[in-house]
Amino acid sequence: MDLFTQLVMAAVSSGTPLLIATLGGILIERSGIIQLGAEGLMLMGAVTACLTYLHTGSLALALLAVFGVSALLGLIHGVMTVSLRANQIVSGLAMTLFGTGFSAYLGKPVSGMPIPGSVPKLELTFLQDVPVLGPIFGRLDLLTWFSFFLVIAMHLFIHRTSAGLHLRAIGDNPATADVMGIRVQWTRYACIVIGSMLIGLAGADLLLVFSPTWIEGMTAGRGWIAVALIIFARWNPVRALLCAYFFGVLDTLGFRIQLVGSEVPSYFLKMIPYVVTILVLMFLGWRNRNQPSGAPESLGVPYLREQRF
Amino acid sequence: MSDKPAGSAIAANTAAAPAAAEPANEGRLRLRIEFDPQRQGSPWWIPIVSVVLALAVCAVFIAASGMNPLAVYRKMFMGAFGTEFGFTETLVKTIPLLLCGLGVAIAYRISVWNIGAEGQFAAGAIAATAVTIYFPGLPAYAAIPLMIAFSLAAGGLWGLLTAIPRTYFRVNELISSLMLNYVALLALDYFVFGPWKDPKGMNFPGTPMFTEAQSLPVLGATRLHLGLVFGLAAVLLYALLIRYTRWGYELKLIGANPDAAKNAGIPLNRHILIVMLLSGGLAGLAGMSEVSGVAHRLMYGISPGYGYTAIIVAWLAKLNPFGIILSSFLFGGLIVGGYSVQTIGLPSSVSLMLQGAILFFLIAGDTLFKLRLRRSGGKGREA
Repeated sequence: MDLFTQLVMAAVSSGTPLLIATLGGILIERSGIIQLGAEGLMLMGAVTACLTYLHTGSLALALLAVFGVSALLGLIHGVMTVSLRANQIVSGLAMTLFGTGFSAYLGKPVSGMPIPGSVPKLELTFLQDVPVLGPIFGRLDLLTWFSFFLVIAMHLFIHRTSAGLHLRAIGDNPATADVMGIRVQWTRYACIVIGSMLIGLAGADLLLVFSPTWIEGMTAGRGWIAVALIIFARWNPVRALLCAYFFGVLDTLGFRIQLVGSEVPSYFLKMIPYVVTILVLMFLGWRNRNQPSGAPESLGVPYLREQRF
Repeated sequence: MSDKPAGSAIAANTAAAPAAAEPANEGRLRLRIEFDPQRQGSPWWIPIVSVVLALAVCAVFIAASGMNPLAVYRKMFMGAFGTEFGFTETLVKTIPLLLCGLGVAIAYRISVWNIGAEGQFAAGAIAATAVTIYFPGLPAYAAIPLMIAFSLAAGGLWGLLTAIPRTYFRVNELISSLMLNYVALLALDYFVFGPWKDPKGMNFPGTPMFTEAQSLPVLGATRLHLGLVFGLAAVLLYALLIRYTRWGYELKLIGANPDAAKNAGIPLNRHILIVMLLSGGLAGLAGMSEVSGVAHRLMYGISPGYGYTAIIVAWLAKLNPFGIILSSFLFGGLIVGGYSVQTIGLPSSVSLMLQGAILFFLIAGDTLFKLRLRRSGGKGREA
């Protein structure tokens, strides 16, 4: 297998959790709500998947539980930010802190226990002998295929449907959208809940596909990287795919350099994704200094009908 | 099994806000919630109610895992405040929380979301330890001030690494400060597992023990060290600076309305740089006081998440410097209490869970109080 194929495979396998989380974040932020609870949501998703899978042995139940738990957590964020107009940044931070602590609490008994199975792979036998495409697409698990589907679906939804147009209107100017008869609060709730479910699924994907045992704090900042990826991707699902895979490569880069037998201590190699995140953000900030960042214009501004702030 | 406790979380959370959540969507009841323009800020008892409600929610989780929550809380309380050892230990944990909490509060005051206190703490701890490694024989009057200076500089520099991208490259400081936490903690791991590891330490990931001259003086036979004075002095100094200097006035202006402040000619970028330098420096000082006053060495896992707890410490105190003294004491007790429940088989992450829950109730309570419920055409009623 040549280097290119290996890189793409690494990008897909470690980029998929990032991609799903980023897509969930994009959906939420497109509606104008900042979502910083991704780290906590991913951890809760991972621990829920692990516990349910270990106790019931059913993958479907595990995913169902993940959706249930993250929808509830999303609902809390929704009540805080949409109905109560609380500070969206602090509500997200609270979600991250609570999720980190609660997942550690729940996961203590199963810490280090391997999960009994993994996500089924889609065996495309007709593809497997094709040189480049075969190794990459021949044996992908269902969640990865779901993430491809999600990119296309979200792109079409946001840019090609009238509901997506309404969503963008809400994110840019909720007051105008409201006057047009779009249900602002309702849409925001829906986006937060569905987006949170996706972020929870990203955590579950991390556990079920990428590293199949629960370890306290196993996301190691991936939730935050997903938050950064939303900005790299300029709130665009297709760009999110490219950005997530770029970080997927970075994620495995340190490990690969070690395999080659480099003298650089592994601690420094592990810093790569974090440092590159900041550098890329700086580069984007410098390149786009004279143009808008692509963020929804009312991102982070709470909205309540007939009130001006 | 696992989604049950989360279910009760939402139940308890929305229970705090039923009036606000329901009529927001549909106007059949002819009720409207709106912000009461007359209410500025929220009353002093909101933080207390938040803590109580958070304790109640977490009690449900604890009960769900088959423990008696009252017994657990009793154990936590007695562990933190009930004995003389526990009490001084709580004070010992108060010190880093006080310094870090004050640091992040300064930044939050002008809406700079520094969540990098954990990394700035680590940078300060590393820098202070560097003094003991590279200038081993210094007497106390030279070693301690040098360690303080190094830790302030390192923490401040780490803060600037967040502030410079924010001011000149429009990088969201939440992300950069958090990413730098991971970088600083990895650097700390590198030093304690690598070049600075104690050769006589039987593979313990830590530096050699500090000498007497490199350690902060302690009170009598307790573990309570001089860092508490640093913390209290910093609070006082900050309160005075905010109240009596032009700098403090400008910070208040920026906090109230950044656009207006900018139009009034206040150099926003310069203030952000200074504030992050201070914010990071205080967290760095906390790192120094922790290695020099408590652990007497740099070691793996030196901070049990002080930098993150500091965020809640600052919010619980509503960014008021004197309030931070109280809230950091409370959270110091929470950390010590968290340790003491480990003996009855509960993970110490119980305290982290509590912290997150407290923060939720706090911000919910803060905004809930500013809302009022209004019947269309009728008289306004409190929500």
